[in-house]
Amino acid sequence: MAPTDELPAAPEPALDARLCLDRGDFNLDVELRARPGEILALLGPNGAGKSSALRALAGLVPLTDGHVRVDGRDETATPVERRPIGMVFQDYLLFPHMSALDNVAFGPRCQGLSRPRARERAAGLLAHMGLSEHVRSRPRGLSGGQAQRVALARALAVRPRLLLLDEPMAALDASTRIDVRARLRHLLEEFDGATVLVTHDPLDAMVLADRVAVIESGRTVQQGPPAEVARRPRTAYVARLVGLNLFRGTAEGTTVTLEAAGNGGPGGSGGPARVEAHEAHHGPALVAFPPRAVALYPRRPHGSPRNVWRLRVEGIERFGDQVRVHLAGRPSLAADISPAALAELGLTRGDEVWAGVKAAEVECYPG
Amino acid sequence: MTPEHTPVPAPRRGRALRARPGRPPWILVLPALAGAAFLVLPLAGLLVRAPWSTMGSRVTEPEVLAALWLSLSTATAATLLSLLLGVPLAWLLARTDFPGRRLVRALVTVPLVIPPVVGGVALLLVLGRNGLLGRYLDAWFGVTLPFTPAAVVLAQMFVAMPFLVISVEGALRGADRRYEEAAATLGASRVTVFVRVTLPLVLPGIGAGAVLCWARALGEFGATITFAGNFPGTTQTMPLAVYVAMQHDPEAAIVLSLVLLLVCLAVLATLRERWTNA
Repeated sequence: MAPTDELPAAPEPALDARLCLDRGDFNLDVELRARPGEILALLGPNGAGKSSALRALAGLVPLTDGHVRVDGRDETATPVERRPIGMVFQDYLLFPHMSALDNVAFGPRCQGLSRPRARERAAGLLAHMGLSEHVRSRPRGLSGGQAQRVALARALAVRPRLLLLDEPMAALDASTRIDVRARLRHLLEEFDGATVLVTHDPLDAMVLADRVAVIESGRTVQQGPPAEVARRPRTAYVARLVGLNLFRGTAEGTTVTLEAAGNGGPGGSGGPARVEAHEAHHGPALVAFPPRAVALYPRRPHGSPRNVWRLRVEGIERFGDQVRVHLAGRPSLAADISPAALAELGLTRGDEVWAGVKAAEVECYPG
Repeated sequence: MTPEHTPVPAPRRGRALRARPGRPPWILVLPALAGAAFLVLPLAGLLVRAPWSTMGSRVTEPEVLAALWLSLSTATAATLLSLLLGVPLAWLLARTDFPGRRLVRALVTVPLVIPPVVGGVALLLVLGRNGLLGRYLDAWFGVTLPFTPAAVVLAQMFVAMPFLVISVEGALRGADRRYEEAAATLGASRVTVFVRVTLPLVLPGIGAGAVLCWARALGEFGATITFAGNFPGTTQTMPLAVYVAMQHDPEAAIVLSLVLLLVCLAVLATLRERWTNA
């Protein structure tokens, strides 16, 4: 497991949880902490256990071991209906037989508020979310973004201390996502308790969260601010999400000797590949650089690039307005070049080519 | 298709452009038509043989009206009681896991498969004046059930409630339980979840079950005649009246049958309208 860097040093985190679930074929063990007002994103592939973690926080699945503390109070044994939580579900799950107003008033009613008081609170929240005109609407008459805000209002109406969002963007179509995401970020910022949101989309995590915890196979593999995770991924999964070439190796000053991944490829000069970075380290290290930092040459280049490898072309695909060239060898990496450069090089699968990366483009950090 | 004689088979309009869905095979169509005819023809026969000239006076005979009123009121009472007991039973079967749940479920559906007459005998043995429970009802409360309208209702419930339970249980199993979870995260107790979320979500299923239950209760014959008897005015429901009329006055039987048929169709049509709009 990777070290959990930059955990908040606040004396009393709004959320302090260790979640252990054991269901035979699936095993989850993660520690989550968040300060008041902090938004923590659980990022991970499908089946990694992030939704299970969220359901465990809500009390919808019992823990095998661990604890859930919210604002310092132990809620581990509290049943769902009495936990100080508000949850936004993946498809929002607005009650189809109730108006938006009654959906939002449902929680306060359950907490014992009179009907007029509950509706007053609900109307206030809906107005705040810009939904005053949709108070009487049934859920099926709402757009995806509106439904999301009603669901958020419903979750906030119970005055929770911990807000949980399960894939809040998954039910939206691509054209509305940008607006809805920005608006959601804005609304989440006003909440003063801890927020935990689950997503498999790195963009959601980057935009919405203050801190990201990457979960793979039931374990936290990396935790940190979004920018840090994006710049210095710790696993192949994260590297792929944020679009970086990532290698593990051993640093001696600015030179990193890479682990021989996949027994090397053809075209290597026998020994393990080396990468020159611009920061000096000693010991186990990770090395990352973006595919667009890789330049390709038909002949061995002279001059600027400090890292030059002879590699074989494995595949070529379109990538936005660039072309992504997958290269095998020591090391195997991806390079993004322009279509014009590709045409000039005349590359096809199986060709050999020189790849160069400037040391200044290479991030090196303890592994 | 256009009957033009252009030599080029240019893109033709209509059928030719569509992929042919294929003709339904005769081996399925023939039995299907025979089946439909078998179900519809007897009802048509009722209409053909009905004594239309005297219909007006026959329908308003007091015995007919009494039997009709008894049938409608007992079937409705049986349905309401079945809802009261059957919906919670369906919830228990669908939403909880207790030891012997499968056995209980199997036992609940037994009345679906046993002949109703057997059900009537069983009811008599338990609730009759000398029955297992009936003797105490008689001794302690002075209540005797057999051969009363209450017995008609019980006989109908025994036969019809399983339809409701099965139907509602299916609806509960098909309902998205995540709505119930959402309600729980909002602080709703299990009872609140059931009343305010689960029930409204499965309302169409409950409606369908209640209609099935009501129709089955309205047509109940075997258990009723065994447990409640056949006393005009108190326990003689429409099906019993039809059967009795058939012995000495077939035309009266036809009239009663038509009335029953009409009432069923009217009720089903009205309810269907309501539930599809809801």
